[in-house]
Formats: sequence, C-alpha cells, structure tokens
Amino acid sequence: MSEAVAHGEVHAEAHGHAVHHPRLQHHFDTMAQQKEASTLGMWVFLLTEVLFFGGMFFAYFLYRTWYFDAFAEASRTLDIKLGALNTAVLIGSSLTMALAVRAAQTNESKAVVRWLIATMILGAVFLGVKVIEYADKFEHHHVPGAHFIWESEHAAPGGAAAGEHAAAEAAPAAPAHASTTHSSADLQRLTQIYFSLYFTMTGLHALHMIVGIGIMLVITWMAAKGSFSESYYTPVEITGLYWHFVDLVWIFLFPLLYLVERHN
Amino acid sequence: MGSFFFPAQASTFAANVDALYLFIVATSSLFALAVCVAVIVFGVLYRRRHDGQVGARIEGNLPLELLWSIIPTMISMVMFGWGATAFFQMRTPPEEAMQLYAVGKQWMWKFQHLEGQREINELHVPLGRPIRVTITSEDVIHSLYFPSFRTKIDAIPGRYTQLWFEATQTGTFHIFCAEYCGTNHSRMIGQVVVMEPAAYQAWLAGATTEGTLAQRGERLFTDLACVSCHLDSGKGRGPSLQNIVGKSVELSDGSVVTVDEGYLRESIINSQAKLVKGFQPLMPAFQGLVNEDNLVALVEYVKSLSPAATTTAAAPSAPKTPPSPGEKK
Amino acid sequence: MLDKLKLPEHHYVNNGHGLKSWLLTKDHKRIAVMYLISISVMFFLGGLFAVGVRLELATPQGDFVTADTYNKLFTMHGVVMVFFFLIPSTPAVLGNFLIPLMIGAKDLAFPRINLLSLYIFWLGAIFFFYALFSGGVDTGWTFYTPFSSFSSNSNVIPTALGAFIAGFSSILTGLNFIVTIHRMRAPGLTWFRLPLFVWAHYATSLIQVLGTPVVAITLVLVFVERAFGFGIFDPTRGGDPVLFQHLFWFYSHPAVYIMILPALGVQSELISTFSRKIIFGYSFVAFSSLAIAMFGFIVWAHHMFVAGISTYSAMVFSFLSFSVAIPSAVKMFNWTATLYKGAISFETPMLYAYGFMGLFAIGGLTGLFLATLGTDIHLHDTYFVVAHFHFIMVGGAIMGYLGGLHFWWPKMTGRMYSEFLSRVSAITVFIGFNITFLPQFVLGYLGMPRRYHAYPDEFQVLNVMSSAGATVLAAGYALPVVYFIWSLWYGKVAGPNPWVASGIEWQTASPPPTENFTEPPHVHGEPYEYTPHVAREANLV
Repeated sequence: MSEAVAHGEVHAEAHGHAVHHPRLQHHFDTMAQQKEASTLGMWVFLLTEVLFFGGMFFAYFLYRTWYFDAFAEASRTLDIKLGALNTAVLIGSSLTMALAVRAAQTNESKAVVRWLIATMILGAVFLGVKVIEYADKFEHHHVPGAHFIWESEHAAPGGAAAGEHAAAEAAPAAPAHASTTHSSADLQRLTQIYFSLYFTMTGLHALHMIVGIGIMLVITWMAAKGSFSESYYTPVEITGLYWHFVDLVWIFLFPLLYLVERHN
Repeated sequence: MGSFFFPAQASTFAANVDALYLFIVATSSLFALAVCVAVIVFGVLYRRRHDGQVGARIEGNLPLELLWSIIPTMISMVMFGWGATAFFQMRTPPEEAMQLYAVGKQWMWKFQHLEGQREINELHVPLGRPIRVTITSEDVIHSLYFPSFRTKIDAIPGRYTQLWFEATQTGTFHIFCAEYCGTNHSRMIGQVVVMEPAAYQAWLAGATTEGTLAQRGERLFTDLACVSCHLDSGKGRGPSLQNIVGKSVELSDGSVVTVDEGYLRESIINSQAKLVKGFQPLMPAFQGLVNEDNLVALVEYVKSLSPAATTTAAAPSAPKTPPSPGEKK
Repeated sequence: MLDKLKLPEHHYVNNGHGLKSWLLTKDHKRIAVMYLISISVMFFLGGLFAVGVRLELATPQGDFVTADTYNKLFTMHGVVMVFFFLIPSTPAVLGNFLIPLMIGAKDLAFPRINLLSLYIFWLGAIFFFYALFSGGVDTGWTFYTPFSSFSSNSNVIPTALGAFIAGFSSILTGLNFIVTIHRMRAPGLTWFRLPLFVWAHYATSLIQVLGTPVVAITLVLVFVERAFGFGIFDPTRGGDPVLFQHLFWFYSHPAVYIMILPALGVQSELISTFSRKIIFGYSFVAFSSLAIAMFGFIVWAHHMFVAGISTYSAMVFSFLSFSVAIPSAVKMFNWTATLYKGAISFETPMLYAYGFMGLFAIGGLTGLFLATLGTDIHLHDTYFVVAHFHFIMVGGAIMGYLGGLHFWWPKMTGRMYSEFLSRVSAITVFIGFNITFLPQFVLGYLGMPRRYHAYPDEFQVLNVMSSAGATVLAAGYALPVVYFIWSLWYGKVAGPNPWVASGIEWQTASPPPTENFTEPPHVHGEPYEYTPHVAREANLV
C-alpha cells in the first residue's frame, strides 16, 4: 500500500500538470466540470434565497389575509409611479445583465464592461428611487417603532380614495382615555405591521442589490483586465443568475406591496 | 395520589391517557428489546474468530424490508387513531360544562369564577362536573398545565384558548406553567382543589365577592359607556348584543363569522377587525385600556345576554340549570 | 501491528507550518481539523452550562444559583449545543474531512467558500461570546416571542445574530456538499456506489440549504421587532406570536435531522466495517435518509399541539409525524440485519455503534409518545421531551459523532489512540448517559415541566439520579480529550487502513496527502465489498 502514499506535488500548490486553462482550479479536472459546479452552486444558493424570502412572504400573506383593509389603506401611501418606474428600471437592468453575459460568451470584453456598468447604473437608479421613497416614509412618520404615526386624513397623498374609509371624524364622546380617533388607534397597530413588513422586505431586497452591485464591481474590474473569454466566463454568468433572481424578487414585491387592492 | 411512575389519575381523561401511554410503552419496548436482543445475540454468535475473516455476502431482502416497513406503519396508525380520539375528546368540552376563566401573567395564574370569586394560584372546582376554562395571557405565552388531569393548553396573549376537564378525585393537585415565561417561570405554580359539590357550594358562598362575573361585566359595560351605543333595541350606533352568541353575523366585507368568546374579545379591543355589516366603525379600540380580567368580565356579561346559547352562566344556587334571572339584563 | 509502519513523509498536516498556513488554507482536511478544535471548545463550554443546570436541580429549592442565572444557563447550554456544536459537528468535521476522500475528489467544489464558512462560524461565535460576557441571554434556545420581543431584558439581539450568522456557515457547508457530491465524484462512482455516509450528508445538506434560511429570516424578524420596534410577532402591536413558532419550527424540526442524519451515516459505515459485511438493504438505507429529510419538513406543527392550533390541523400533523418514524425504523432493522452472519469485532468505534443502536432506539421510540396526540398533551414541555431529544441528540448524534471520530481518527492523524482508555470512555458515556436521562422520562410523565429552576419536593429523587449520572457522563466525555491528544505524539502509527475497511478513503495514506490521492481513484465495484481477498491484502500491509 505504500505506493498510495503521496510523494512529490504535495508542496506544489500550483498545478504542475500538462496544459491547463489558467483559470482551472487545481481540484477540478476540466473546465466543464468547474463551470457546472459553479453554476449548480449558484442555483443551490438561489434555492436558499427563495426560502429566505419565503419566510417573509408567508408572514406577509398571513397578515394580509387578517388585516386586509389596513394593508390596503397603508399601501395607498406608496407611490405607484415610483414603484412602477423602479420595476421598469430593474427589468431593464436584467436585460443589460443578459447582454453582458452574451458579450462575455462572444469574447467582447469591452462590451462586457459596458453592459455591466449599465447594469450597475440602473441598479443605482433603483436604489436612489428607494431612498426617495424611504425619505418620504420618515417624513410622514410611517417608519414603524416609537415614532410611528398613522393618520387616515393624509393617508393618500396620491389622491387615492380616502373617502370610504375616512369615517374617522366621528369620534364618540365616550371614554376619556381614547383621545385618538377610533380608526387611527386600530390602524396605528395594523398599518404598522404592513410597514414593518414593507421595510424588512424591501430593505433586505435593497441589501441584496447592494451586494450584487459590489460583486459586479469586481466582475467589471476582472472583465476590464481581460479575464473572461468564451472558454471562461462563469463569474459573469453566475452573477447574472444572482441579479436576475434579485429582480425576480422585486417582481413579486411590487404587486404585493404597492398594488394590494388594485386587483379587487 | 400518584405512584412512582404516574401522577394521580384525577380526571376523566387520565385513565385513557395512561392506558395509551402503557400501550406505547409496551409496543416500543417490544421493538427495542427485539433489536437489542438481536444485536447482542449476533454480536456473540458472529464475533470475529480470526483476523482475515469476513462476513457473508447478503445484499438485502425485499420481503423483509416490506415487512418491517408495513408492520410498524400499522402499529403506529393504531397509536395515531387512539391518540387522536383521546385528543378530540380533550378539545371538545361538553355543552353543559361549567365555565371558568384563567389569565396568565408573569408570574401568576388568576382564575375567575362566574359567581364572581377570584383566585390567584389556587383554583377550587367541584368534583364530577365538566369544567371549561377559557384562557389568555396578559404578557407572554404561558401554558396552563394540570398533570393530574393530563391536560394543558397555552395561554397566548391576544387570543383565547380553552381546555376542559372533569375531576374524578377530591384533593389538591398541581397547577404548573409549562411554557417558559421568564425569571420566575418555576414559581408560576399553584394548586387545584377538587371538592365535593356541597363543599364547593359552601366555599362559593363563603368567599366575599363583588357580585357575579357577569354583574361585574355589566358595571364595566356601563362605566365604559358601551351601553350608550349597544342598545337592546338594535337602533343604537352599535349592534344589539341580545342573543348574539353562537349566531353568525355578516361583516362589512361580506364574510361571515360566528360570535364566540374570541370574536367578542377581539371586537372589544379592536372593533374594526371584524365590523358587523351596516354599522359605522365608530367604536373606540380598547386595546391597552381594558385588562384581561375585565375583558373576561365583559365577555361573560355579553354571553349572559344570550341565555339560549350559553348554559354556562350558572349561578351558585342552580348549578345545572340555565342562568338565573338575576344574571340577565 | 508491525513496526515497519511509518507515517508518510508528506501529508496535509506537515504541508506548510505556522498559523498562517492553517488560517489561509483551502484544504478541506485542515478546515475540518480547525472545525474540530472550534466545536470541541464549544462542546465543553456547553457542557459546563449543563453542569450548572444539573447542580441546581440536585435540590428542589433552587438554591445554587438565582432563577435568572439558571434561565441563562439552560438557554446558553441550548444555544451553544444546538447552533455551535450539534449542527456543525459531524458535517463540518467528519463530512468536511471525508466526503472528498470518499468520492475520490481532491477537495470540495468550493474550497474558499469552505474556509469562509469556518470564518462565518467564528464570527457567529464571537457574537455569542459577546452576549455571554455582557450578561448572557435567558429566552431559551427557541427565542419564543413575545417573550424575546419585549419581555426579556437580556442579550437577545447578539445571541440571535450569532445564531443567524452561524446559520449561514451551515448553509454554505451544505451548498458545498451538494455541489461536490453532484459534480466531483471519481470516475465509476455512480450514485448507488456512494458510501451511505455520503448519502446521509447529501440529505443533510438539502435540509441545511432549504431549512436554515427560514430560521435566518425568522431571527431577522425578531431582531427588527426588538431593535426597531417593528411589529411582527408582538400581539400588542397586532402581531401573532404563534406565527413565530410556525416559522421557527419549520426550520428547527428539520434541524433535528441536520444533527442526527450525519450520525446515521456514520453508523452505517461503522456497522458495515466492523462486521466486515456489505450493508443490508443498501438502497433502503440510502433512500430512508432522503425520506427523513423530506418528511422532516412537513411535521413541524407537532411542536405546537397545545399552542392553540386547530384540532384538525393537530390531527393532520400528528398523522404526518408518524411518517418520520418509519424510515428511522427501517434503518435500525437494516443495521441489525447487517450484523447477521457478519465477522464482528468490538473495537471502540463499534462499541459506540452498539451504544448508538440502544440509545437511538429509545430516542426514536419515545418520539412516538410525542407524535401521539393523546399523550403529547400531557407530555408537552415536560422533562419527557427533554429526555427524548437528549436521547436523539446526545445518545444519537453525539454517539455517532464520537464513534465516527474514533473510527477516522487514525485517518485524520495517522496514529492510534489507547484502545483500552477509549473502550472505558465509550462504556462510561453509555452508562452515564442512561443514568442521566432515563429518570427524566419518569419525571416527565409525573408532570415536571422543563426549564424549572425550582420544583416540588417529590421530584427530587429522580433529579438526584439524573445529576449523579451527569457526573459519570462528564467523566466519559473528558477522557477522549486526554487520549486523543496523547495519541498525536505517542500513538502507534496506524497505517492507511487499520480497520481493514473497504471505503476508498482508506486506500490513501494516513494522514492523507494534501491532494488526497496520488493516483486519481477509479471505482469499479460496489461499496462495502469485503471479500477474503480484500482482507488478506489489507493484512499484508
């Protein structure tokens, strides 16, 4: 059995073997194997991500079913135009991402860099719009927590129907302690759940976008160095997978958060 | 009282649960013993006798695999069926059960009798009468556990849960909090005192009260000005509460709910959640303004307005008959 | 053995010296060794907390430590043992070391991610230690809301973040294993020639990848609720505390199988090797791992039978819970059948395997009491549950882990430990374990609730028995540290295949070279082949 004992090569971290693609890591046999492994790895990771967001979607659907009116009312404070704009921006960024992958496959390093930068810009636009939306929430005290205030009167800056729900004015004289109007006391709690989920879901989504942009910075830098070719473009491809996934999450978030009652 | 292996069998469930327990102990022991004996016998019989020895080549045996999949499945279905039946019984209080309320709070159990008696960490109940306990919590999750009755249920803030039992032995038995609830979780214990019905009546009579639970609820109903909108005529700003318990009502969003304790409680603290159709959402939310003890009193008062549906509001004088007139509005 | 056995000249341990060569390594074997050291530290820390718990419970009055301290002791015992010991134990140490060796690969598919997972684990541990040293945490390892949202005034946030971060370490390990098992197998190594250890880890990895993110997001939600006052689970803010339990157990029930499945994989290897016999019903054992992983995801609500879920959903979940029992039983029967007409010897790993059979049988069977609704209502949240899951996680998972560690120790270090001491240890652990936890079943049925700092006097006798057993158990666990460390310098050289085992990890040197095999292995036959020829050849070494 002593033949089995290793000699030589042990110290050779580098790959002493014959003709290897420079990008082939030592523990893989072929480029194809390496690429399959990386791609599968990203798919498995996305599976994890699906369940990560899945927990929140579960909570969302439960509370939406219980507190539909509050969710509908709270969602009316969101600006659908900004949400729609962001949806368009993200779909556009998926397109530019796909073009970047395509360019990598066809050996056009310059185009890869161009499309990646375009993707990052679109991602930044999305985040910028999100900042505007968040700022508006802070201004109106719609951030859950101690400073959260819900007043049905200015529930709908977009002019959407405040009418049928604004029975708020007729506060009965009865209990002295109930200084707030009836609906704001209830809605104070229930809309807060909506905004808790809104901030957690969009916040984690935005965090994923920031991570994505960070990864793309590295990939762009590698592409500019000419690291990718038709025989090796896996990093671009799996970054693309990730980015498409993040877009897809938004495709779900937009109708769920912005269009709660539009389909009714 | 109990033995070394069993707590006292002090409720109608206990014997059945213990029998089921023994059945599982017996079948499990049989399996465990079979495996252990086989493993030890094989270990001795087929121990390696010399260095180069190898085992026989037996890849498997399909009939055997099927056999030892199907037999355990069938036995476990017996356990499931028996257990589910017992559970169904534990979760279905009889119609004529006597009503009690329990509120968990860090770190004590507060019990309220319909007759108005309030107890802390001690609960007096009559022997041989089904007792339904409606439970909630003022803060975190607790769990009301009567080991000698073989039953427990969590006390969950913001909602009602319930359990029932019928004591079969007089004496004093443990009450535990089974769900971890903070520093003095292990001090959130008490005792349930099971008394002969006559002794129980004497106890009820002896304790000083501020009227029955429903009467206390009625006072709150006036103090909180509920009475100004919930007119019996049905023409008030709020729906009439006469004879509503057990009925189905249509809500403003078109869905239908059955009025029960949970719905009453929810409607008091958060009237908007399920607004009755045809009424404006005018009622204040009493979230944080009425504590769980008083909510229980209010709920019990509203229930007493529906004598047909609730046989539970028994007055001290008439344990098994529908409520006495004094309790009705 | 013969004296001519020598350690190989070059192997993964001496390939590079100094701290840096370890901290920056990409070698799965070195990462496994670092995991081994890390989780051993955590194991003894968790053990220390357990000692505190058992000392307190020796008397009924609750006079050894204050109630708050006691609550922190059992909470930190749980957090450390679950998140920082049991979940990483067998996968991160043995799986990490052995999966590439068993499938004839040079490394895991993503060596850097493997190292990253170790660093993430350490980062999680740092958060935990921060929580520990700034006063501890008292929510129980389950972090139940609304207690954890507003009632507890201990360090919930750093602990939850620690568990959250450690979870990602687990996800990355699982991801790495899945891809490795799919893409890195040696030529000829088809799925049905894989060792059952690998099958078990594949099933485990699926749970890690699918379950862990759910608990991660659940802990995030607790975090935002506690830190920013967002209302999610807190009923005073309209939330539903029971939703937390659904989300938590959706992960944490399958997490039980993250802990036990790898040990089941170890068990298959041990039984086959020490009876020198092909495993009985290979495909049934392999698929039962997958079945356990799958069924594990649909039984979570059996933790909530008394939490106010509806009568009918309780019945459905009770029914489903029995479905997990069947594949576990199938495994037990197949191992037993494997012993039939074997050539059985009782070196230390086999003693652990025998101990495992007994303890896992009891652990599994007592699960039936908790799946059965009628008995669970009484037993839920009592010491019966405590005893049950310790039988599974300590009697099962840790016995499997220790058995595996004794089995592969010569492969990892190239040396043998003291056979006498290790047998003493195995027997001590088995006896100590039973004395500790058998009385707790009785306590549970008598109605003693779990997490009690003080208890009624009538429970004292059984509690004293349990505490006494814990002392024996602690001695049994301390002993291996001594002889394992001793063996590193003074142990007999083991040679490539001291047990005459059939797996391909035994065909390379002990300790293996950095790239695992000098010649890339080709696999021609079935796993667990013990022909007389194989035995003769191995003995010629």
